[in-house]
Amino acid sequence: MIEINHVNKWYGPTFQALKDCTTKVAKGEVVVVCGPSGSGKSTLIKCVNALEPIQEGEIILDGIKVNDPKTDLPKLRARVGMVFQHFELFPHLRIIENLCLGQEKVLGRSHDEAMAKGAKLLDRVGLKVHANKYPAELSGGQQQRVAIARALAMDPIAMLFDEPTSALDPEMISEVLDVMVDLAREGMTMMVVTHEMGFARKVAHRVIFMDQGEIVEDALKDDFFGKPRSDRAQKFLSKILSH
Amino acid sequence: MFANFDFDVIRRSLGYLFLDGMAFTLTLTGLSALGGIIFGTLIALMRLSGFKVLGRIAGLYVDFMRSLPLVLVIFWFYFLVPYVGQWLTGASRPISVGAFTSALVTFIMFEAAYFSEIMRAGIQSISKGQPAAANALGMTYAQTMRYVVLPQAFRNMLPVLLTQTIVLFQDTSLVYVLSMPDFLGAASKVAQRDGRLVEMYLFAAVVYFTISCAASFAVRRLQARISIVR
Repeated sequence: MIEINHVNKWYGPTFQALKDCTTKVAKGEVVVVCGPSGSGKSTLIKCVNALEPIQEGEIILDGIKVNDPKTDLPKLRARVGMVFQHFELFPHLRIIENLCLGQEKVLGRSHDEAMAKGAKLLDRVGLKVHANKYPAELSGGQQQRVAIARALAMDPIAMLFDEPTSALDPEMISEVLDVMVDLAREGMTMMVVTHEMGFARKVAHRVIFMDQGEIVEDALKDDFFGKPRSDRAQKFLSKILSH
Repeated sequence: MFANFDFDVIRRSLGYLFLDGMAFTLTLTGLSALGGIIFGTLIALMRLSGFKVLGRIAGLYVDFMRSLPLVLVIFWFYFLVPYVGQWLTGASRPISVGAFTSALVTFIMFEAAYFSEIMRAGIQSISKGQPAAANALGMTYAQTMRYVVLPQAFRNMLPVLLTQTIVLFQDTSLVYVLSMPDFLGAASKVAQRDGRLVEMYLFAAVVYFTISCAASFAVRRLQARISIVR
């Protein structure tokens, strides 16, 4: 589903953000990407739907090369859902309008169809009663659940999560993770950048560990948590699992 | 001290002053603001487009307009627009556009330079995550701007845009150089006809002051309301 082959990316002339990254996510697979801050994990996931350009290598999404100038990016992006660290709901639109905008303007669905789909998804994330509120009236956890619903409204073939719980207060993390766990169990293809190792243990198939722009470790979940091969991954795990 | 003044001249000319003069001024202000904001937004988008040449052209345009006195631009356009029209349409003689059209084009072009800077600040005030989220949903650049970025930028900048419009309202009085019957022009005509200069110019000042002040107050109220909603 997602293939990342020998990707190199630089910010400016000197800083290399990604170094020869290669991995893939199969259909129905849940892959967690972790690593210390600045390791390039968010950059990597943003490259998958070309929110960030890459300079070398290739990324293939459902058989289509992302970094091909001829690729219709908007069309491709519409098929992949993305959830951001800071939610990025549209603050000038009501919750239900946030869910309808992409459906109507990008997918060309009728207003009624979009509303019905939006209502269904809001119900699914437990926020139906907030449909007519504005994002600022919701808590962080609620906003992030809306963001997930907004992405799902596009009927994506895969979902990308960029640190979806990092900006949340601790008591709101689980409500977001619960939605993600459900999604994973339904067989959604997911690539998740997160520090939530509990989530990784529960639903991930594979775990990728990145450090300084490199994919240091790319292992099945049990191997990764059982005994990570690299020192760097061991150190990282001991740090975040110690408390 | 007002013994020698005849304020009745105001009452006698109220109809002409407001129904003709003020109507003209408000029409010109409204249309100029509307056109200026639309054109200014386009300039702002050009400057932020990332295409170096487009950005440079837009930047030069803004600098150029902001470095000229408005009266001069009004004059220039009045004499220039017919020739530009001729050149554009390929007509054999300069086309006649009329003073109002000429003034309107001038104000739109001139104010666009100022509005564009306001819109540019407004667009830049939107966090990068917003267009990223719109792109991630599959929106094109145009859709992202139209449905996500510009509505927010416009909302954030509404008080400043309105304040600039109040300035524009006062600036429209400069069309007197083209002898056009705006509010000040109308007052001036009555003043000269009846020899009541002091009364009429005093009255004109009071009217401009009252309207501008009331509008500023309304903008402040609006600003307070918007900031609560956000």
